[in-house]
Amino acid sequence: MKWRPSRSSAWFRAARTTRGRVGLLLVGLVAAIALLGPLLTPDSPTALLGVPFARPGSGHLLGLEYVGRDTLARVLDGGIRILPLAAIATAAGVGLGAFFGISAGYRGGAYDEIVMRTLDVLLAVPQIILALLLVSLAGASPLLVGTAVVLIHAPQVARVARAATLRAAREDFVKYSQALSDPPLRIMLTDVLPNVSGPLLVESALRLTYSIGIIASLNFLGLGTRPPFPDWGAMINENRIGIGQNPWPVVVPVALVAVLTIGASLYADALSRATAGIELGAEGVLVAPVDEGGRDA
Amino acid sequence: MDSVSPAVGQALPRPAAHRRPGQVARLVIRRVVLGVLTLFLLSLLVFAATQVLPGDAAQAVLGRTATPAALHALRLQLHLYRPAAVQYWLWISSLLRGHPGLSLATQQPVWNLVSSRLVNSAVLLALVSACAIPLSLLAGVVAAVRRDRAFDNVSSLLALAVAAVPEFVVAIALILLLASAVFHLLPPVSLVPPGTSVWNRPAILVLPVLTLTLAVFPYIFRMIRTTMIEAMESEYVEMALLKGMPLRRRVLAHALPNALPPAVQAVGLTLAYLAGGVVVVEYVFGYPGIGQGLVNAVNARDLPTIQLTVLLFAGFYVLVNITADVISLLLTPRLRAR
Amino acid sequence: MPDGLAVQVTDLVVEISATGTPVVSGVSLQLAVGQVLGLVGESGCGKTTLALALLGYARRGLRIRSGSVAIGGTDLLSLRGHELERLRGRLVSYVPQDPASALNPGRRVGIQLRETLTVHHSGLSAPEVRARLLGALADVGLARQESLLRRFPHQLSGGQQQRIAIAMALVNRPALIVMDEPTTGLDVTTQAHVLDTIREICRTQNAAVVYVSHDLAVVSSLANNVAVMYAGRMAESGPSAVVLRRPSHPYVTGLIRAVPDAAARHRLTGIPGQAPEPAARPSGCAFAPRCSLAIDICRTVDPPPVAVADGHLSWCHRAGQARVTSQDEADAASAAQPEADGPEPLLLVSNLNAWYGGTPVLAGVSIRIERGRCLAVVGESGSGKTTLARAIAGLHREHDGTVMLDGQPLGRSAPQRTDRQRRAVQYIFQNPYGSLNPRRTIRRILEQPLRHLPPGGQRDPLTRALDRVSLPATVLDRYPHQLSGGQRQRVAIARALILEPELLICDEVTSALDVSVQAVIMRLLDDLRQQGLSMLFVTHNLGLVPSIAQDVVVMASGQVVESGQAPAVLARPSSPETAALLAALPRLEAEGAAGRP
Repeated sequence: MKWRPSRSSAWFRAARTTRGRVGLLLVGLVAAIALLGPLLTPDSPTALLGVPFARPGSGHLLGLEYVGRDTLARVLDGGIRILPLAAIATAAGVGLGAFFGISAGYRGGAYDEIVMRTLDVLLAVPQIILALLLVSLAGASPLLVGTAVVLIHAPQVARVARAATLRAAREDFVKYSQALSDPPLRIMLTDVLPNVSGPLLVESALRLTYSIGIIASLNFLGLGTRPPFPDWGAMINENRIGIGQNPWPVVVPVALVAVLTIGASLYADALSRATAGIELGAEGVLVAPVDEGGRDA
Repeated sequence: MDSVSPAVGQALPRPAAHRRPGQVARLVIRRVVLGVLTLFLLSLLVFAATQVLPGDAAQAVLGRTATPAALHALRLQLHLYRPAAVQYWLWISSLLRGHPGLSLATQQPVWNLVSSRLVNSAVLLALVSACAIPLSLLAGVVAAVRRDRAFDNVSSLLALAVAAVPEFVVAIALILLLASAVFHLLPPVSLVPPGTSVWNRPAILVLPVLTLTLAVFPYIFRMIRTTMIEAMESEYVEMALLKGMPLRRRVLAHALPNALPPAVQAVGLTLAYLAGGVVVVEYVFGYPGIGQGLVNAVNARDLPTIQLTVLLFAGFYVLVNITADVISLLLTPRLRAR
Repeated sequence: MPDGLAVQVTDLVVEISATGTPVVSGVSLQLAVGQVLGLVGESGCGKTTLALALLGYARRGLRIRSGSVAIGGTDLLSLRGHELERLRGRLVSYVPQDPASALNPGRRVGIQLRETLTVHHSGLSAPEVRARLLGALADVGLARQESLLRRFPHQLSGGQQQRIAIAMALVNRPALIVMDEPTTGLDVTTQAHVLDTIREICRTQNAAVVYVSHDLAVVSSLANNVAVMYAGRMAESGPSAVVLRRPSHPYVTGLIRAVPDAAARHRLTGIPGQAPEPAARPSGCAFAPRCSLAIDICRTVDPPPVAVADGHLSWCHRAGQARVTSQDEADAASAAQPEADGPEPLLLVSNLNAWYGGTPVLAGVSIRIERGRCLAVVGESGSGKTTLARAIAGLHREHDGTVMLDGQPLGRSAPQRTDRQRRAVQYIFQNPYGSLNPRRTIRRILEQPLRHLPPGGQRDPLTRALDRVSLPATVLDRYPHQLSGGQRQRVAIARALILEPELLICDEVTSALDVSVQAVIMRLLDDLRQQGLSMLFVTHNLGLVPSIAQDVVVMASGQVVESGQAPAVLARPSSPETAALLAALPRLEAEGAAGRP
């Protein structure tokens, strides 16, 4: 299937709006720090260098943190575990959810009921609590956090995918394929999926934003990355006590997480506006040739 | 088909001027049944997950220094040699009878630990609801009516930003701003001596409530804004405009009643989501609620407490959703008076 | 303002706010008290925009740029905010096209009717209010039905909803009532009743009425005067008797020839091409690209109004010069067609019963289609005609009875049929906007059925199919949303033709299209039939039958109530349902609205 301009340009159209541009800029900034930071670290992020919560001074731009390690080094090193994990977990969650949602929406019947009821059970547990449950069973680790994120996203994405599939499957062009007796898998892939990808795209961007938030939160609670590896979420928690003495080990990671999530959210919003246009046309559709003969704007 | 009857229109299905009480009752029953089913499945899940554990409860309680004999005795007492299905039955039946078991960490009945915390969290939730719901509904309606103007643009952007940021970041940011270096207006933690009520020192409630309000505001705001915009752009509101109905009437009498039902459902979902936010916020502020209790239990691997707490949260979610659905139904004449 | 004129619109311009593109350009019209003006045009011509502008209102994204709308001496466009609010619903009122959406679903209709009165007349006492409300109900034929007021909109039938909407427009005794296609969406019988009501109102109230419609036949029976719009401009205006009998503008002439007529007084002829979008309107006369009479000046200079006769204006450079008569292709008999009741029909349906989720929708239906002939299946919505079509097409599984194609039994659903059978029966959907996958190019859409063709077929099947439906090969690389409704429907037909079917099932395939486009498609289908394709044509519009079908079957409540050869059934219907359908059909009165001043 070659890429159609109407789909891929949603990304670009979103990127061309102010909102989209600002969002991408913010994300890019923080991502650069997260991904390139480890290469720029002046000091070792795990070496004990002095008195905890020492204020910024000679050689330590941001001072020292709660056990005496260099704050700047830990900040530069602390993002790299969040982003790739968030991306992979989101992709897995969306993929899983889309698979179940589309198949349930298209096939209907008992399969639909069973799948959706099962997912409903997962949905009944608030996100963090689901993660906590998993941790209590299997212990803290990044893999666990990733699994938790997948389980958190899949049911929601499945709902969205199912709703979009139900709408698409009702359309006449799907009935046409059925009248030709095309195999269901082919119909799902070529007829349903391309018409469901719009909402799914927007969901993915949203989910990525949430993933970052969830992972950071879990790390904050001490359930993700294990010490002594630095992590922004964990840093915020660890250094809370010393806010009065040296606020930087808290302020900087807070700012970074905030900027990252806000940027991702802005871009996701721009994307949702761009895809809303695809089927309806742009805002100026009011005066285009309209759907029913005899009715105009 | 009365194709030849005079200008009266066609025959009608029976018109009900009043809502049929059976309608609402049936919906509630269906939802309750579904909710119970969900909880049941969840309890199975929660229990099954514990079977996957390496090591067992007895080991966790007695620690490494336990003698094999002591371990054996405790295992017998905790029924750990019985088949899994039996264990589940024992657990669930005693749970339903009001005996959720003993906490592994404190050897106290789980319920004792949980009940006071439950009240505290309930207080928090009630305060947040009282603040957040009216505020966000009002802001959302104003933003929708004055769409794309200054208030709308600013508030929508703010809502986007605040929704994006995880709760703990909001909490810490508030602490930084209001409880430490910048302004020291409020206590940075919400500790109370054990056994006393949270109302003794109301100041400790402010930051947690504020954090949660900020966390919840964007979702309700966006939802009511969307439904109001949809209602304001609907054909029937356009028709009201063409009849010469003034703006206030169009907003309050025409648009709002139709925008509320879906927004109510969103409010329900948001409140349920709030349960998760409570965990993080209580942890940050050290507020003695059920969320903090959960985190402690997780750190201590105190399974009975965890199980009960998770089920309570899920039960809360189910209850809130049923309530929201019922309220939403009551507000929608079309669904009622069929 | 001159005496006797209730409404005077001068040089009205409405444009798209973002781009300044005009949607209505420089339109002027006038109405005397008590007169009915029919405002006619096809989709995109700007008639609804104009209608709304008569209340000083423009929809989101549009803006009234200039001009004046004077009603009873007051120019609405010079007013702002509250002043305008006070006049809307009181001096000028609006009857919407779709009453179901125009009534607030969450409030009882009585409240909605009452507020129209009380917001504009706050000093009335309760008994006065009640009396006026009941009076309004009586005016719309709902006398003594006060209980209706306590219902919610969804508890009323379509006809009742529309009457309530009309009552809302009448209750304040306005000087001008703007009705925007108020009978579209109602079934034919209800439509007739509502039209009767409107006629009565026009006769008894002293209001001027602007009746917007795409249906020339309806307008001809209601309006004293008619104004035809094309691409945002006036094309022709004048007394309806004159304009509809001796039109001067080529577009209006073409439009009249495209109106379906059950009495088959002329062969249905469409207008090739389609109306330009606002942004793509050419300089000069907007109709020139489609006009057979166009000369050079038509393509460069905007035609000014030409007074063809007293009160009869035509915006055409060639007005009065070359008269296109409406008798051009009349009575052109269709080519010789195969006999009915041949030895073995292509399709034979015997005793078909069908259900929809347990509820019976068809009972004991039997029909036959001979090769090379078209059978029209006519009925109102709910008569079961679509279910019948779908069952035959293999899209509706819940049925029993015998369906034989070419002597072989046809499986109930597509997977149960043989490849050959699936190819032989093709189905065209009603909605051109849902039957093509919006994410695929036309080429991919047309390639989809190729997979099911036996090997060794035609060379270049795509181009051949497009040829047969008169579409250029350039559409292959377009997406559906870039095509007009008529073009999409032709793509759907081309897609069906690729499999070289023997039976084409058309389910209301022109209902969503403009009249002129509809006529083109009907002609196309008739041509295909003459090339040997048998057809099942489902429609609610008896007027279309003579243009396409040799045999007709009338359905009501899931049963066949009449069948026979089309000319005979239409001339002498034997069942009451058929008679009612025929009587309810608005007829294009070429003789003009019966002598009203």
